[in-house]
Amino acid sequence: MTQTFRLPEGGLIDRERSLGFRFDGSSYRGFSGDSLASALLANGVHFIGRSFKYHRPRGIFAAGYEEPNALVQLGEDPRTDPNQLATLVDLVDGLAARSQNRWPSLDYDIGALNNLASRAFPSGFYYKTFMWPAAMWMKYEHFIRHAAGMGQSPRERDPDRYDKTQAHCDVLVVGAGPAGLSAALAAARAGARVVLAEQDHLLGGALLGQVGDTIDGAPALEWARAAEAELRALPEVRVLERTTAYGYFDHNFLTLIEKVTDHLVRKPDHLPRHRLWKLRAKQVVLATGSIERPLVFRDNDRPGIMLAGACRTYVNRYAVKPGTTAVVFTNNDSAYGAALDLHGAGVEIAAIVDLRREVIGPMSELAEAAGLPILADHAIVATEGGRRLKRLRAAPMDASGEQVYGSGEPIDCDLLAVSGGWNPTLHLHSQAKGEIVWNDELGCFVPGKASQAALSAGACNGDFGLASCLAEGAAAGQKAAAAAGFKAKGRKKATPKATDHGFLPARWLWLVPSDTPLGHGGKHFHELQNDVTAADLKLALREGYRSIEHVKRYTTTGMGTDQGKTSNVNAIGIVAEATGRAVPDVGVTTFRPPFTPVTFGVFAGRDVDALLDPVRRTPMHGWHQRAGALFEDVGQWRRAWYYPKNGEDLDAAVKREVREVRRSLGIMDASTLGKIDIQGSDASELLNRIYTNAWKKLEVGKCRYGLMLGEDGMVMDDGVTARLGEHHYLMTTTTGNAAPVLAHLEEYIQTEWPELDVYCTSVTEQFATISIAGPNARRLLAELTGDIELSPNAFPHMAVREGTVAGVAARVFRVSFTGESAYEINLPASFGLAVWQAIMTAGEKYGITPYGTEAMHVLRAEKGFIIVGQETDGSINPIDLGMDWIVSKKKDFVGKRSLTRSDMAKPDRKQLVGILTDDPETVLPEGAHLVERLEPQPPMTMLGHVSSSYYSPNVGRSIALALVKGGHAKKGQKLTAPLLDGRTIGCTIVDPVFFDTEGDRLRG
Amino acid sequence: MGDSFLRHSPLAHLGLAARATEVSEFEATKFEADDAEAGVAMGERPYRGLVNLRGPAGDKAFDSAVEKALGVALPIEPNTTAGPGKNKDSLRVFWLGPDEWWVVTPGDGPAMADRLRTALAGQKAAVTDVSESRTCIHIRGARARDLLSKGCPLDLHPRMLSAGRCAQSLCAKAMVALHQTEDDSGDGAKEGGPAYDVYVLNSFAEYLWLWLEDAAREYGLRITAE
Repeated sequence: MTQTFRLPEGGLIDRERSLGFRFDGSSYRGFSGDSLASALLANGVHFIGRSFKYHRPRGIFAAGYEEPNALVQLGEDPRTDPNQLATLVDLVDGLAARSQNRWPSLDYDIGALNNLASRAFPSGFYYKTFMWPAAMWMKYEHFIRHAAGMGQSPRERDPDRYDKTQAHCDVLVVGAGPAGLSAALAAARAGARVVLAEQDHLLGGALLGQVGDTIDGAPALEWARAAEAELRALPEVRVLERTTAYGYFDHNFLTLIEKVTDHLVRKPDHLPRHRLWKLRAKQVVLATGSIERPLVFRDNDRPGIMLAGACRTYVNRYAVKPGTTAVVFTNNDSAYGAALDLHGAGVEIAAIVDLRREVIGPMSELAEAAGLPILADHAIVATEGGRRLKRLRAAPMDASGEQVYGSGEPIDCDLLAVSGGWNPTLHLHSQAKGEIVWNDELGCFVPGKASQAALSAGACNGDFGLASCLAEGAAAGQKAAAAAGFKAKGRKKATPKATDHGFLPARWLWLVPSDTPLGHGGKHFHELQNDVTAADLKLALREGYRSIEHVKRYTTTGMGTDQGKTSNVNAIGIVAEATGRAVPDVGVTTFRPPFTPVTFGVFAGRDVDALLDPVRRTPMHGWHQRAGALFEDVGQWRRAWYYPKNGEDLDAAVKREVREVRRSLGIMDASTLGKIDIQGSDASELLNRIYTNAWKKLEVGKCRYGLMLGEDGMVMDDGVTARLGEHHYLMTTTTGNAAPVLAHLEEYIQTEWPELDVYCTSVTEQFATISIAGPNARRLLAELTGDIELSPNAFPHMAVREGTVAGVAARVFRVSFTGESAYEINLPASFGLAVWQAIMTAGEKYGITPYGTEAMHVLRAEKGFIIVGQETDGSINPIDLGMDWIVSKKKDFVGKRSLTRSDMAKPDRKQLVGILTDDPETVLPEGAHLVERLEPQPPMTMLGHVSSSYYSPNVGRSIALALVKGGHAKKGQKLTAPLLDGRTIGCTIVDPVFFDTEGDRLRG
Repeated sequence: MGDSFLRHSPLAHLGLAARATEVSEFEATKFEADDAEAGVAMGERPYRGLVNLRGPAGDKAFDSAVEKALGVALPIEPNTTAGPGKNKDSLRVFWLGPDEWWVVTPGDGPAMADRLRTALAGQKAAVTDVSESRTCIHIRGARARDLLSKGCPLDLHPRMLSAGRCAQSLCAKAMVALHQTEDDSGDGAKEGGPAYDVYVLNSFAEYLWLWLEDAAREYGLRITAE
């Protein structure tokens, strides 16, 4: 197809670069520099999609980010994006787009029947219809989602890469129109670090869509290009095009999305598709421009009905004729510029329909001089045309503006350019919690007091003239730079001169009257994306809604992907008028990020797959991998879980591992245990206050187990601490609590006990920790060390020694979590792997068996040792665990006051017990509930739950630990575990130590 | 301590030395084909001596004992470093907090810890050798600052962080200590950008390296043997 509606010359397009693209399967051509919308219009395509609720034909309505109608689905799965604004999509060779909201095709759409049945879809339709019965909602929803919804999300995972970065600047300027460029120049010239963000790929803003404006006597765009060149040459300026500032948060923190490769045909693999900028700006200048406001008249939604300013942009920027015969419908002067530009491009102007009672002034004079017919004090009362506007009727109005005389004269046309005035783009100002005030003279909301370090300049501040945009931008840029510490030096550069057109007052009619009553024949849409009409608003008001926020939710006005950019102010105006209130008394709805839709992928950035979260590795991690270990996540650590041999499953491998540890020798990587080095003359005092037991008499070279409570008296952590010197300790914590315990210590040292001479330093990662356990542990260690005396008398249980192991300086702790004779060897981290390998070699003759965390859990459960976080859950105190033996009665410690409350020792608290199943082969599931009296079905009175449960080959049967109400006094009592699968398992409460109850092996 | 061939640095398993000759594969696809230099160069600098020092700054006995042992006064201005020599590879002291420093030495960490312990005997102070707890990723090049900014929320502008300054922060989800070793015009900066030492805990080193390598993709990455 040829570009029939392309003007022979002009426009900011590259006619040398012709691009092919497809829309709904048909092939078209456009030029580099086109948007998808302009390229479609150049080919005469206006009918782009169907509306959300009534499936009415819709066309291109705007030329920028405010577009409510022309939403398309881009690309093919998996690279497909729904709800893309055709007005913002850069045309790329080979681009493929589809219309949305139609089935089976745009031309033949089943859902269009909704329009015929529109009486059945009043506001609040969903609330009214699908309320009863509630259980049916799951069925309704399926159909509603299918019929409604906008585009389709991709079914496959997103193959693209996304980037996130952080940035800082002195002055962020949002928007590169005349005000923004002017502000950026002023701030940059003062030496400030400036970021200039522009959502378009060209700088210039409104200047791109207008011709005829001059700055300093030259075409305005030339000034913009010079400004851009100057900015780009400055080292402290970063110009981000294709970048939308979409969120403005506290402390001048803004988020921007940069579309890096969407406009490239061949997308280089090394570049991300989009980039998220997390920007902290000392000062912000908002130069976000304004959005044209439509007029709300009958059937104002047909393809071919466009905003007047958009028509200008298509003519001037894209060299496209948006129609052949046009009518301009306005309440203000600005649309005359559109009429003149359209006329200049060869579009016949059938009429300018002006709502104002009298039309005088420079703009109307220009129109009259050009021979354009003006119908003053007229309203458009009806439009016709299915897939494209064909005809409309304009009728004279009465003085009140509430009625028209007659049905009006028909006028044939295929384009209707509409202007209802301009709304400053306040979104970011409002997101930043800035005030919004109504300006009666301008007939729009303007920014009031900013609540953050931000200034609004230009059209977004209600200053629509070019000269005032330039001046205000420069002043704002200078002020922002100065506030950031950069005073302009030398002579101030003069603000460039430009002419402002004087605009005459507009006539504000929120609702344009028709020849039939509202809601009877035809629809007055104020909200195109969500298909909401003026009649819907009035119905909501009749049904009792008053707050604009409630009206919004009930009618869904402004709740589409465009967030009501063209509709909100009209909705507020209509509600104000209908309820007899002033517009500012109705107020505005909340502006929320994102300003325009943002890809989900950019929030994830590169934090996906292997980089989703850190995988913390111990120095021996690679060895475990090579040994075929399976791993489990413990916090961010990845620990060896078990080491299957010859196709063993978890049960088989763990059985073998725990048997071998008790038979001969096991080796485990315990490097993840938290280690805190504590030094100072008050180190003992600190431990004494933090742990429940006494520490002052611990000998140098000895270790002690300690229990740490929170202020609530509940168990927080446990571990072994060794006294390395008179004023020097090494504390170990559980793997998951390494950081919280250090924070706990620091908090007390810094806030409660600053007088203590003590310092804590994390040394978790300084050491690789190898634990060897089993009857042959001492024999093996003896082969690897020459300078540590290992006899039980010289190196008893709970002692620490320093020396060398396999030739490497080591600290050896004789501590045991398995109940076996065991040693924990701390080595400089970088030697961990080498020593591990040396131990494996030396241990071969003992059949040394690497064991993982699962076997460790079984071994400690055989001994009845708790795991903090498994036997405790923040509501378990030492008495519950039967560990009152470790709680000092004499000294104070953190948690003591809470622990001495009478409730903490109540006999019916959940207490730690052992559980043996009647059938020794049955292993209870962890988490199983225990009951005294079995009922035929739940609910049953629950006595407690199983916290740990394993098959123990060493005991020769299953064992379990459980927390049972009053359990300590119930030893020997029978309980039942009713399981989810219907089985009921009988069991008995026993002592929680199942193996080597005397502890002989430990000390051997 | 044992033979050095027994040691394995936290990134040793990635075989970075073997990759040190290559410029990243993405270089070939770079748009600026005329720009032969990779935007970023990265390598592991393991086995630095690292001693954590705590003590009451401003206490005369403490200050002078440390200064005597190190040959340089402790830095007390936040986020600064100090060193006795001009040679940037010689001993450097990092300010980490009002009462916390790192003594970073190309030499033996335990020996340095012993020296400080002896000097501070009987005083309120804590000396802890943490040499084995962290490795160092060296990053340099024209886009080094942009690369770090992807992961680090601090403002790295030369006015805020310049050669000789240090800071503790996050890079991606790993805690790091940054030390800027060279300014943009630094003598050794072949790639014409700033240079940083990024200290990271062993267990996070692989994650951070892979994260940075992915983030550096768009700039072109050269791996260096440090």
